[in-house]
Amino acid sequence: MIVEKIQTENMFLHYGSKMALNDISIRIPEKKVTAFIGPSGCGKSTFLRSLNRMNDLIDGVKIEGNILIDNINIYDKNIDVVTLRKKVGMEFQKSNPFAKSIYENVAYGPRINGVSDRKQLDEIVETALKNAAIWEEVKDRLGDSALGLSGGQQQRLCIARTLAVNPEIVLMDEPASALDPLSTAKIEELIVELKENYTIVIVTHNMQQAARISDLTAFFYLGELIEFDKTKKMFTNPNKKQTEDYITGRFG
Amino acid sequence: MIKSFKNNIKGILIEGLTLSSAVVIIAIVVVMITVIVVGGKDQISWEFLTSFPKDGMTKGGIFPAIYGTALLVIIMSVAAVPFGTITAIYLTEYAKENSLIAKTIRFAVRTLAVIPSIIYGLFGLGFFIKFVGTQMDNTFLGGQLKWGQPNILWASLTMALLTLPVVIVSVEEALKTVPQDLRAASLALGATKWQTIWKVVIPGSISGIMTGTILAVSRGAGEVAPILFTGVAYYVATLPASFSDQFMVLGYHIYVMSTQSANVDQTMPIQFGTTLVLLALTFILNISAIILRYRIRQKKSN
Amino acid sequence: MTKDQKKKKKSEPTTATLIDITQKKFRWSDYIAEKVIKGVAFLSITIIVLIFIFVFRESLPIFASQKASIQAKAIDSTAEVQETYGEVTDQPAVEETQETYGEVKDTASQSSTDKESYNVSAGSGFDDNQSALKTILTKDWVPVSEKPRYGILSLIIGTFKITIISLLFAAPLAILAALYTASFASKRMKEIIKPTIELLAGFPSVVIGFFALMVLATFLQNVFHYDTRLNSFVGGIAMGIAAIPIIFTITEDALTAVPKSFYEASLALGASKWQTAFFVILPAATPGIFAAVLLGIGRVFGETMIALMATGNAAQMGLNPFESVRTLAATIGAEMAEVVFGDTHYNVLFLIGSLLFIFTFVINAIAEFYVKGKLMKKIQGK
Repeated sequence: MIVEKIQTENMFLHYGSKMALNDISIRIPEKKVTAFIGPSGCGKSTFLRSLNRMNDLIDGVKIEGNILIDNINIYDKNIDVVTLRKKVGMEFQKSNPFAKSIYENVAYGPRINGVSDRKQLDEIVETALKNAAIWEEVKDRLGDSALGLSGGQQQRLCIARTLAVNPEIVLMDEPASALDPLSTAKIEELIVELKENYTIVIVTHNMQQAARISDLTAFFYLGELIEFDKTKKMFTNPNKKQTEDYITGRFG
Repeated sequence: MIKSFKNNIKGILIEGLTLSSAVVIIAIVVVMITVIVVGGKDQISWEFLTSFPKDGMTKGGIFPAIYGTALLVIIMSVAAVPFGTITAIYLTEYAKENSLIAKTIRFAVRTLAVIPSIIYGLFGLGFFIKFVGTQMDNTFLGGQLKWGQPNILWASLTMALLTLPVVIVSVEEALKTVPQDLRAASLALGATKWQTIWKVVIPGSISGIMTGTILAVSRGAGEVAPILFTGVAYYVATLPASFSDQFMVLGYHIYVMSTQSANVDQTMPIQFGTTLVLLALTFILNISAIILRYRIRQKKSN
Repeated sequence: MTKDQKKKKKSEPTTATLIDITQKKFRWSDYIAEKVIKGVAFLSITIIVLIFIFVFRESLPIFASQKASIQAKAIDSTAEVQETYGEVTDQPAVEETQETYGEVKDTASQSSTDKESYNVSAGSGFDDNQSALKTILTKDWVPVSEKPRYGILSLIIGTFKITIISLLFAAPLAILAALYTASFASKRMKEIIKPTIELLAGFPSVVIGFFALMVLATFLQNVFHYDTRLNSFVGGIAMGIAAIPIIFTITEDALTAVPKSFYEASLALGASKWQTAFFVILPAATPGIFAAVLLGIGRVFGETMIALMATGNAAQMGLNPFESVRTLAATIGAEMAEVVFGDTHYNVLFLIGSLLFIFTFVINAIAEFYVKGKLMKKIQGK
C-alpha cells in the first residue's frame, strides 16, 4: 500500500513578480525515493526548498495553493516552522559542515533540541554516522575538524547530521553534483538504504542517477510539472513528448 | 614614432607624479615614526613605565597615565563591543538589506563615524554628566555632588559612543563572511534563528569581533578630545579606584606636557617618551587588527 | 497496527510516531533575543538624536533669553542643575554675587596657559545672553573680560583657512597616491602603501599634533622664514596629514569600483595605461573622489587636538597663512574646561558645537546620498 507523505495541490510560487512554479500538483509516497529532474532553472530546486519552507528566508517569495505533509498544510499560520524543519531535513548541493569537530557536527541537532547527556549524545552520533555509512571512516577521529574530510565524506557527514535529528523526510538538493564518481556511488548506495526508514526527495541533474536510485521521477520544465510517474515508466515509455526529448538528451 | 615617444614621456611623468605622491605619504609616516622613536627611546625604562610623576611632573614616570588609559579602554570596550556586535547582528541577520530601517541605521552609523570627537565630548558633558549624573545625585544622594561631575565612567562611556561605529563596521564585515550555506544548514536541522546566530554565526565571526575590539581600543586609547571635559585630569596623585574618580591618560598627558608645562624644554624627554609609548601601543593594536582582518578576508576569498 | 510493528518502531528511533508540527511553540530565548537585538540596533539612531538634543539644549539659553530680555538671566551653577530640560524657567533676576574680575586675560595668551582646574573664575558674570547674541556675528572673540564679546566670525574664518590649507596639501597627495595604488602599483607596492595608510589612520591626533608642535613647526619656520612659529600653515599641514588616510581610502575605493570593462575597453582602443587612468578611471570615479574630499573636510573641520597644539590659537581674521589662528573646535577644547557650567560663555561654546555638528552632519549626508547616487549612475550607466 502506498501512503502519501507529501502532497501539493495547485501550488504557485512567485519571486516578486516572476512566476517560478506554476500550478504544481503532486503526490509523493512515503518511504520511497522520488527524483526531480529537469533543466536548470526549471523550478525543481525551488519546489524542493518550499517543502521545508527554506524559501521563507528569501525576500519576495510568495506561495499560493496547498502543500500538505501528512495531510497538514505546512503553510498554515499555526505551523511551527522550526519543528517542520526537524521533520523535513535537507541536504544541500555543496556539503556544508560547520567549522566544528566531526562529533560536534552530528551532535549539533540533538544539542539544540536539548539533549545534553553525553552518553545519549554519543549514542545518537554513532547511530547517525553508521546510518550514513561513514562511521568506519571517522570513528577514530571524531574530534577532528569536519573541514578536513574529503568532499564525499563531508556530504555523508552532513547526511549523518540530518539523520541525528530524526527526520521523517530527507530532501536532497543535488547532493552528489560536486563529487567524484566513487563518492557519488557511495552516496547513491546510501540513499537506497535510507528509503527504508525515510521518505527521500532528491533533485538531480543526472538522469542516470535518477534512473538508478529513484522509485518515482518528476520532470519539471519552465516552472511546470510536466510528468510524474514510476521511474521505470518515465525512462522507458514517457507519456509526454517533452519528457522524452529531455530524457533522450534532445535538450537540457 | 615621435608621438608615441612623447606619449611615453608623458606617461612616465604622470606615473612618476602619482608614485611620488605615494612616496611622500610613506615618507611622512616614516619621518614621524623615526622622530618619535629617536626622541623617546632613551626615556623608556622599566622605571618610567611603572612610577608616578615626580617634582611637579618634571621627573618620574607615567604609570598613572598608562593605568588610566588601560582602564578607560577596558570600560569602553565592555560598553561598546556588545552593543556594536548586536547592532551588526541586527543589520546582517535580522534587517532586510534594503529596508528603510536598515538604511537609516547604516546612515546613523556612518554619521557617528564622522562626527568630530569634540562633539562627543560636549555630548558627554551635556548628557552623562549634567543630565544623567545630576539626576543620579539628586535621586540617590540628595543633591550631593558625586556623579554630576567628570569621572572615568562618563569618559569611558563617551569614548564607547565614539568607537561604536568602529565595532559595528568590523563585526558586520566579519558576519558577512559566514557562508549563507551554514545558516541554511543550521535552520534545516531545526535550529531557531537565534540558535543559529548563537551557535554558528557568532563563533564563525569571532575574529571579526576581535578585530573590531582591537581597532576600537586603539582608537579609544589615542583620542583625547572626547574626554577633555568628561573625566581626564592633568594630575591625580592616586590611581582611580572607583567609577567616580578622575584619571590620567597618555594622550592628555602629552598634550598638557607639551603645551602647558612650566618648562617645556626640561620635560621634553618625558614628552617624547610618553608619545612613543602611546604610539607603540596604538601600533601594536593596529598591526594585530590589520593581520586579523587580512586573515578574515583571505578566508572569505577562499 | 500490530504489536510487532509497534515493537519495531520502539527499537528504531528513526520511525517513531509522526512529528507534530501543528503546535506553534513560543520560544522565549528567540523572542527575547530578537527584541533585544532590535532595540539595541536603534541605539545608533538614538545616539544621534540625543546628540542633537543635548548639544543644542545647552546652547538654547542664548536664544531663549532674548524673549525674556528684561530678566537678565543670571544662572549660577546650582540653578543650572535644576534646569534639566532646557526649558526657560523664569527665574527672578538675581544679581550675580560672585563676580570676579581677577582672571581677565586676553585670549591669545590664555590659550596656552593653565587649564587643568575647573574652578577658574566666572569672568563673564554680568553679561547677559542678549548682548551675547548680538556680539556673535562680530569678529571679536573675547569671552573672558569685563565686557565679554563672543564674535565667532574670526573662529569661522580661522577654521576655513586651516581647512583650505590642509586640503590643498592633503587632497592632491592622497588622490594621486590612490590613483597610483589603483592603476599603476605592483602587488608588492600595494602591500607597502595600503598598510602604511592604515598605520597613518591609526595615528592618534595628539601624536600628530605633538609632532607638528615639536618638529614640523620648527622645520617649516626654518624653510619659510616666517615670524609666528605656530600658525595656520603648520596646523593646516598637520591636519592634512590626519586627513590623508580618509581621502586616500575613499578615493581608492571609488577608483577600484570602476568596472574592469572600462579599463579593458580603453586599453583595447589603444589608450596607454596612464591615459586610461587619467581620462577613463579618474573621471568615472569623480563622485567618489568628491565624497572623499568632503569627508576630508569634515575630518579637518572638527579636529581638535591638532588645532589646539599647532595653530597658535589666536583668534585673528587675517588671510595670511603664516598668522596664528583659532578654530571652532579648538575653542571648545580650550575653554570648556574653564567655564562655569551654565553661564553665557558655556552656552556659546555649545552653540559652536552645534554649528560643528550641523556642518559635519550635512557634509556626511551630501557624501552619502548625493554622491552615492551619482557614482552608481556613472558606473552602471543611466
